[in-house]
Amino acid sequence: MARAFDEMSSDDGSVRKAYETLNRWLTNVPHDVLDHRRKEAEFIFRRIGITFAVYGEQNAQERLIPFDIVPRIITKDEWTRLAKGLEQRVKALNLYIKDVYSKREVLRAGIVPEELVYQNPAFRPEMNGQAVPHDLYVHIAGIDIVRTDPDTFYVLEDNARTPSGVSYMLENREIMLRLFPELFSLHRVAPVENYADDLLATLRSLSPNGAHEPNVAILTPGIYNSAYYEHSFLADKLGVDLVEGRDLFVKDNIVYMRTTEGPKRVDVIYRRLDDDFLDPLAFRPDSVLGVPGLMSAYKAGNVTLTNAVGTGVADDKAVYSYMPEIIKFYLGEEPLLANVPTWRCREPDHLKYVLEHLEELVVKEVHGSGGYGMLVGPKSDKAQIEAFRAKLKHDPANFIAQPTLALSTCPTLVDEGVAPRHVDLRPFVLSGSDKVRIVPGGLTRVAMKEGSLVVNSSQGGGTKDTWVLDA
Amino acid sequence: MLSRTADNLYWLSRYVERADCLARILDVAQRLAYTPVTYGGSTNEWSSAVLTAGCVEGFVARHGPVENATEENVVSFLAFDPENSSSIRNCFEVARTNARSVRTALTSEMWDVINSAWIELRAFPDKVMTREELARFLAFVKETSLRFDGATFRTMLRNDAYWFSRVGAHVERADNTARILDVKYHVLLPEKEHVGGPLDYFQWASILRSVSALTAFHWVYRDSVKPWLVADLLILNRQMPRSLAACYDNVSRSLDDIGGAYGRQGPAQRLARSTLAKLSNHSIEDIFQAGLHEFISDFILNNYKLGNEITEQYLT
Repeated sequence: MARAFDEMSSDDGSVRKAYETLNRWLTNVPHDVLDHRRKEAEFIFRRIGITFAVYGEQNAQERLIPFDIVPRIITKDEWTRLAKGLEQRVKALNLYIKDVYSKREVLRAGIVPEELVYQNPAFRPEMNGQAVPHDLYVHIAGIDIVRTDPDTFYVLEDNARTPSGVSYMLENREIMLRLFPELFSLHRVAPVENYADDLLATLRSLSPNGAHEPNVAILTPGIYNSAYYEHSFLADKLGVDLVEGRDLFVKDNIVYMRTTEGPKRVDVIYRRLDDDFLDPLAFRPDSVLGVPGLMSAYKAGNVTLTNAVGTGVADDKAVYSYMPEIIKFYLGEEPLLANVPTWRCREPDHLKYVLEHLEELVVKEVHGSGGYGMLVGPKSDKAQIEAFRAKLKHDPANFIAQPTLALSTCPTLVDEGVAPRHVDLRPFVLSGSDKVRIVPGGLTRVAMKEGSLVVNSSQGGGTKDTWVLDA
Repeated sequence: MLSRTADNLYWLSRYVERADCLARILDVAQRLAYTPVTYGGSTNEWSSAVLTAGCVEGFVARHGPVENATEENVVSFLAFDPENSSSIRNCFEVARTNARSVRTALTSEMWDVINSAWIELRAFPDKVMTREELARFLAFVKETSLRFDGATFRTMLRNDAYWFSRVGAHVERADNTARILDVKYHVLLPEKEHVGGPLDYFQWASILRSVSALTAFHWVYRDSVKPWLVADLLILNRQMPRSLAACYDNVSRSLDDIGGAYGRQGPAQRLARSTLAKLSNHSIEDIFQAGLHEFISDFILNNYKLGNEITEQYLT
């Protein structure tokens, strides 16, 4: 595989313009100073308790996500392009979901095969013909972006259910401001701190009944959830209550929370709980995390759930491969952001190609996430490939394949010094009834191991502060 | 505020307070156990520590009859035992779990105290090897509760979250003082026959020490240690922050603040006020006459009831 595109240094050793100042600074600052600041950052993270849990790991119940102190830089022009593409994509996602649960024109027009809707485990028949407030479904989206050269950004994945990571975007910036004030004085970095305010404005705009002062709450599965820190962080920044299922109850199709002053009505729920667990009466009857009767209150139009129920029908990796057509179908526009070329193993000729080229492809489960259950061909040995081949043949429709992209790299502080590591980017797109809001930047994830392409935090990936330069 | 949030704040403060109390109990037991028997030291100081901590059942299940209590098994049980739901270690664990659940209701300073203590706790071994290590550990526990109280006092908004936290701390503190008295009341009774002289002084002093009041005693009474004055200081004297009266002063005031803010009073306020009235309207002579033990038992029961009323009225 050719050397990946590095966002700081070109092949000839010259430094790209946006990185000039940072590069000079990195060259001058002694390694032990960087190392010292890295330790300081880690200390602060642990002290604040910015941790996450890795499921299936007994002892490491709370872990830190490695934080890399070298920022990633995106120019204003690059960001403007990205932001337009993101807005377009999320608009299309919303129109697609509305269509899927109402007229299904997209199926009749033959754009998306029926079984991708009807046989999709994330399809919610309960949502059939169900109006949702303001016709919006995906209010908070996380769109994963990768870069392969100076001009090419791909969308790698749409996250339309409960994307996480935004607390890292915000905390990373706070820590960088504390540790490297001098770097900020040398760059004009677009702020991200207004995200909380934007999110609150978005949630308030989604009030189901035009309530004058809508009561907004964040619903968390509880402290053992891997993203609990983020839930509490957001509740704190927004100044809204962080509720668990047991704090809520439904009476006469109205949702209330139990407070020290008696029941208080809730209008908008930013739920960080999967559909399956929302309401034991409607979905999994064994869910103790949900609220009995929540779905009927929702269907009666008395409460807004963000994101809406059933959005998973739009963000699995099989539907992903149709996104360019979906955008054209609903908006009549060419997609501004490209998809990674994708083979759908459900289609026999695609499957044939994939089986013949396993050692050079990345194969992913359609409903997988977190970097689990995937095959990275070039990084796997024969036995792993053969084991995966068997899985793939057994249930082809459950997989898609993509070329192994040479994800761009960014300078990253590792034990040996500053070295290139692969990165991706997750910007967050907020869709309110009034407008779409995107704060400049997003969460940059970085694969800390040399050569690794897996950036997921559950697999040892780290994060970086992402700087969109204002000039 | 959310009932669960109030519940977590209330219990968070109770657990921090309880950890502090356990540390004092161990401190005093250790000191008394090293005192020669002729000066009031006794071989069963460790069993009385278990009694005072109120975890006899758990101890018996783990180590057999209370008479088996030794320095080693009591320290391990009260300080570190993960099986003992009220060990200091577990108090800190539960406190942090509660704190995580209500992070949005805590100030960052309060969270920092709890989280740092929890991190530091892991640096201590499960079994204390040396007495120096134990001393360092107990100092760390007491310092944590001081820092937590300080952070609460200095940084929290004065609203229902603060009041629930204060109610929890003072209900727990009252319970602890009352339990110390409950276990030791007999050494304060005048009709005690079998001992006299210096023995008494060390027993009384140890009671004062367990609530950090030995120095305070002399400042308040300007007299040598007398059993009825010890009882007065711990039960009725409002100058003494760990006395039952001072605790109930605080409990009642915080509950009234909550009632005022919500525009509604309930059984919790009434019960707190009536307990406070009993503490205000009696002299220590009355209490001795009517029976010190009965008075203490009655108080412990009422304090427990108040906890239930608070839960009923606000926390569920």
